[in-house]
Amino acid sequence: MLEIKNLHAEIEGKPILRGLSLKMNPGEIHAIMGPNGSGKSTLSYILSGKEDYDITEGEVLFNGENLLEMEADERAAAGVFLAFQYPIEIPGVTNMNFLKTAVNAQRNARDEGDMPIPEFMKLVKEKAKHLNVSDEMLKRSLNVGFSGGEKKRNEILQMAMLEPQLAILDETDSGLDIDALKVVAEGVNALRDASRSFLVITHYQRLLDYIVPDHVHVLSKGQIVKSGDKSLALELEANGYAEFVDEEVA
Amino acid sequence: MPAVQETIDQVKTIDVDQYKYGFETDIESEKAPQGLNEDVIRFISEKKGEPEWLLEWRLDAFERWKAMEEPDWARVNYPKIDFQSLYYYSAPKGLGEGPKSLDEIDPEILKTYEKLGIPLQEQEILAGIAPENRVAVDAVFDSVSVVTTFKEELAKEGVIFCPISEAVHSHPELVKKYLGSVVPLSDNYYSALNSAVFSDGSFVYIPKGVRCPMELSTYFRINEQNTGQFERTLIIADEGAYVSYLEGCTAPMRDENQLHAAVVELVTHDDAEIKYSTVQNWYPGDAEGKGGIYNFVTKRGDCRGKNSKISWTQVETGSAITWKYPSCILRGDNSVGEFYSIAISNGMQQIDSGTKMVHLGKNTSSRIISKGISAGKSSNTYRGLVSAHKKASNARNFTQCDSLLIGDKCGAHTVPYIESKNATAQFEHEATTSKISDDQLFYCLQRGIGEEEAIALIVNGFAKEVLQQLPMEFAVEAQKLVGISLEGSVG
Repeated sequence: MLEIKNLHAEIEGKPILRGLSLKMNPGEIHAIMGPNGSGKSTLSYILSGKEDYDITEGEVLFNGENLLEMEADERAAAGVFLAFQYPIEIPGVTNMNFLKTAVNAQRNARDEGDMPIPEFMKLVKEKAKHLNVSDEMLKRSLNVGFSGGEKKRNEILQMAMLEPQLAILDETDSGLDIDALKVVAEGVNALRDASRSFLVITHYQRLLDYIVPDHVHVLSKGQIVKSGDKSLALELEANGYAEFVDEEVA
Repeated sequence: MPAVQETIDQVKTIDVDQYKYGFETDIESEKAPQGLNEDVIRFISEKKGEPEWLLEWRLDAFERWKAMEEPDWARVNYPKIDFQSLYYYSAPKGLGEGPKSLDEIDPEILKTYEKLGIPLQEQEILAGIAPENRVAVDAVFDSVSVVTTFKEELAKEGVIFCPISEAVHSHPELVKKYLGSVVPLSDNYYSALNSAVFSDGSFVYIPKGVRCPMELSTYFRINEQNTGQFERTLIIADEGAYVSYLEGCTAPMRDENQLHAAVVELVTHDDAEIKYSTVQNWYPGDAEGKGGIYNFVTKRGDCRGKNSKISWTQVETGSAITWKYPSCILRGDNSVGEFYSIAISNGMQQIDSGTKMVHLGKNTSSRIISKGISAGKSSNTYRGLVSAHKKASNARNFTQCDSLLIGDKCGAHTVPYIESKNATAQFEHEATTSKISDDQLFYCLQRGIGEEEAIALIVNGFAKEVLQQLPMEFAVEAQKLVGISLEGSVG
């Protein structure tokens, strides 16, 4: 479903990704772990279409299509979703209105037409309930004055409404206490199915106790330096990233 | 909320640089001779069959105007206006003597309003709309009012709603008493000019204790070339009365600039309230700044009675230059003034607008919420005065001026003036300037929302506090307008 081949990218002339390759099949959960500055967030932004980066080499195929040639909104409509590490505030635009605009924009990009309002309302209420998102939170301006946990739950609500094919979770666990983490993880697990894939980017293995990955990759200096199964995450938890950072220094 | 989608649909249906209302109506007009002199003023007055006192009033204004100098303190630039090259009166042939019944009006004019979406057929309006949602319309075409709807129904409540040229004849005592009582003859250069040559506009009187049963509105259309529009609006709410009034404006696309210098006067007596809303969408000129309307307007409300209230709400998206300050004189004790404004500038548009809240009475309060949105190479200035007279004890003002910039070639400026001569007055001023951030745009894009839709969404959010003040049906209209005005503002 997703195939990243030898991806090189830089920002303002500074290389960040240096030959990253990764292959994901439908229904799989891949975790990307790595020390700060290893290029984790860059990878999530490049996949979702942020324009600040120069791709100097390599390609990314999404269902056989050249993902890097698509605009960010086209990628979204094609099924790429990014749960932001720091969700953005938009004053005066209610959470509900934003959700509806996004859902309909994607439907219209696929020529499906707007979702009828009653159907939309029913769907939002149902999904919001599972994620502990109150009616009051739906009426507030998008992310404005939301706590860290509220913002992250809200990202997962958007994901649940948009039903992407590839969901990228960028440090969704950062700033969450254990209860909030469980709610978020349950939300993600509820969306698991045979055709939906997740790329979970995290610094700590804690999140992976709740969202169990099929594959774990270690990203260091813009490359995947080690891949394994769930046990690799535990290994990292025990030994830290020193092994990989040292390699870089050497 | 559905309006956001409508905004987008609207945006999608038109090309960049296309002003939807830019068509021209091909009709024969009767004009005053070109230029400005006493004879032209006499011509206008005679056309309207005015009484002697009004002609004298006009001539007095003209004398004062001649002695005045064109002000240049606003942050706007334009070539000197040649007042002798303009026409000061233009009326569709056969309409010179004021409005007739609909079947006597040139079908071309009716078609114009149909295209603009302004309902003039009472029967049609009556068909599907509940009484409380009806809107009475006075349609002004160049220098004359062509039709006023629902006059009879309003008259049952004692409400007078008619062209001011008609009110001069039907209610001379009211016109004489109030005309120029809020904006005096020599108040400023353009109000003096207006007083000399004003052609038509609306007159509204709401009697004691009456709550006007429907929204009133005037729709201004400039059609004729090289013609200035100088309308005069006068609204009086007597003791305990209430009225909500809306004005809309459009003009054809023309290469040369057209002058619009209106005067609006509002008077509220004890316990009365006037809510005045404007959706201004005059032709803004093309992307290079060629053509467009000069909108130099004087609007002022006088809260003459105690516990009275005047509220201005404006959505300004059109005009090459907008230069106006709808103001409130808070004369009556406990009176309240409000100003809610969205001013959007794109392309080469220039705006210098704001308000004046003059606190004279005790316990008077005012609130100013101004949202300026600048895009393209435009310039957008908020200029506002809040003052307290020495007798205005416990005067209160809250001002919030927010500017939003789209792109990096536009400018926003905030120029507040605060004068307090009373130690118990409390004035608060807050101002912010922000840019639509790349992060906000990317967030929307990542959710599948296209760029123009995203901007319309963010801007409508930014302006929400003001949009909420508009009557419901106009709020939807205004939201659409916001999207259209900002079309092509990025990339």
